[in-house]
Amino acid sequence: MSLGLIPLAFLMWAVTYPARALPILAPGIERLPSWAVSYLRLAGPAALAALAAVNGLLTADSPPHLAGGLAPLAVGLCVLVVWRTRLLLAGVGAAVVLVAVARSMGVG
Amino acid sequence: MAMISEAAVRESRRRMLGDALAIATYALPVGLVYGLAALQAHFTLLDAISSSVVVFAGGSQFAAVGLVKDAAPWLAIVGVTALVNARHLLYSAALAPYTAGRPLKERAFMAHFLTDETFALSVAHFRRLAKFDAHGYWVAAMFIFIPWNIGTALGYLAGGAVDTHKLGLDVAFPAAMAGLSIGMVSGRRDLAAAVGAVAVAVPVGLFGGTSVGLVAGAVFGPFFGLAVPASAGDKSGDRETPEPSAAAGLP
Repeated sequence: MSLGLIPLAFLMWAVTYPARALPILAPGIERLPSWAVSYLRLAGPAALAALAAVNGLLTADSPPHLAGGLAPLAVGLCVLVVWRTRLLLAGVGAAVVLVAVARSMGVG
Repeated sequence: MAMISEAAVRESRRRMLGDALAIATYALPVGLVYGLAALQAHFTLLDAISSSVVVFAGGSQFAAVGLVKDAAPWLAIVGVTALVNARHLLYSAALAPYTAGRPLKERAFMAHFLTDETFALSVAHFRRLAKFDAHGYWVAAMFIFIPWNIGTALGYLAGGAVDTHKLGLDVAFPAAMAGLSIGMVSGRRDLAAAVGAVAVAVPVGLFGGTSVGLVAGAVFGPFFGLAVPASAGDKSGDRETPEPSAAAGLP
C-alpha cells in the first residue's frame, strides 16, 4: 500500500508543531529579539504573495514563461476585491466568476 | 487577580461563540477550495484529509498543494511550511502567560490546534476574563478545525464531479493565495514584504523554476518589509495581534 503524501503531512507537522508549542511549553522563549519578531510577522504575507505570483503569473512549463490570458487578470481582481472588502471568499468568488463567464463566451 | 463572576464568564463565552460562528461560516467554503485544489494536484482523499487533520494550517497546506503540483522536492515543501507557519511562535508566546499553570500534557495537546483563528478568539476571551478558560479555548479551536476538515472532504469529493476548467475553478488557488496575502497586509511593511516577494519570485522563477522562485520570494520578501519604516497600521512588532488572515477563513 502506498502512503502517498501522508509522510509529507507528518513532516509538515514536524516543522509546524514546534512553533505552536515551544513558547507554551517553555516560557521565556517568547522574548525573541524584535527584529526576529518582525521578520516572522512579515514571512506570512511574503510567502503567500510569492506563491500567488509563481502560480498566477508563470506558466507550468519547464522552463516557465510569463502567463498571459485570464489567470493574471482573475488574480488581480481577487486582490482588488479582498483589498476593498477584506473578504477572501468574495475575492476568490469574483475571480472564479470572471473566468467562468469569459470561458462561456469563448474567451481564454 | 480579581475574581470573575460566573455571569461574566458566560457573557464572554457567548460573545466568543458569536465570533466563532462567523469564522466557521467561511472556514467551510475555504476548506472546499482547499479540497478542490488538492484534487487538482492529484492528492488522494486520504492525503487531503490527513493534511487538514495533521498539519491543520491552511496557508502552508495551500502552499504544499502548489509545490506538489510543481513537483517540488519535499525538502522545499517542508522549508516553506516552516517559514509560513513560523508566525505561530508569536501566538504561542502571547498565550503562554495564560496557560502557565496548566498541566504540561494539556498545553502540548492545545498547541496542535493553535491557528490564526484559535488565537484571535481565545486571546480576546482570556483578556476579557483576565485568566485562562479551557472551555473557551476548545470552542475556539473546534469552530475552525471541524468546518475546515468537513470542507476539505466535501471539496475533494465534489471536485471530481465538475469540470473545474469550465467553471473557472482552476484560478481559485492562485487567487486564494493572493487574496490571503493581501488580507494579511496591515501596513506598509507588510505590503513591501508582499511586493518584494513577488519581485523576487517571478524573475527567479523564470530562470530557476517555480519552486525555486517561491522559496526565494518567501525568504527574501520579509527583508523588503524590514527595510521600510513602519506605518501607524503596521502590526509587525505586535505580539498580541493576530494576522488579519484570521478573518479570511484559513486556519
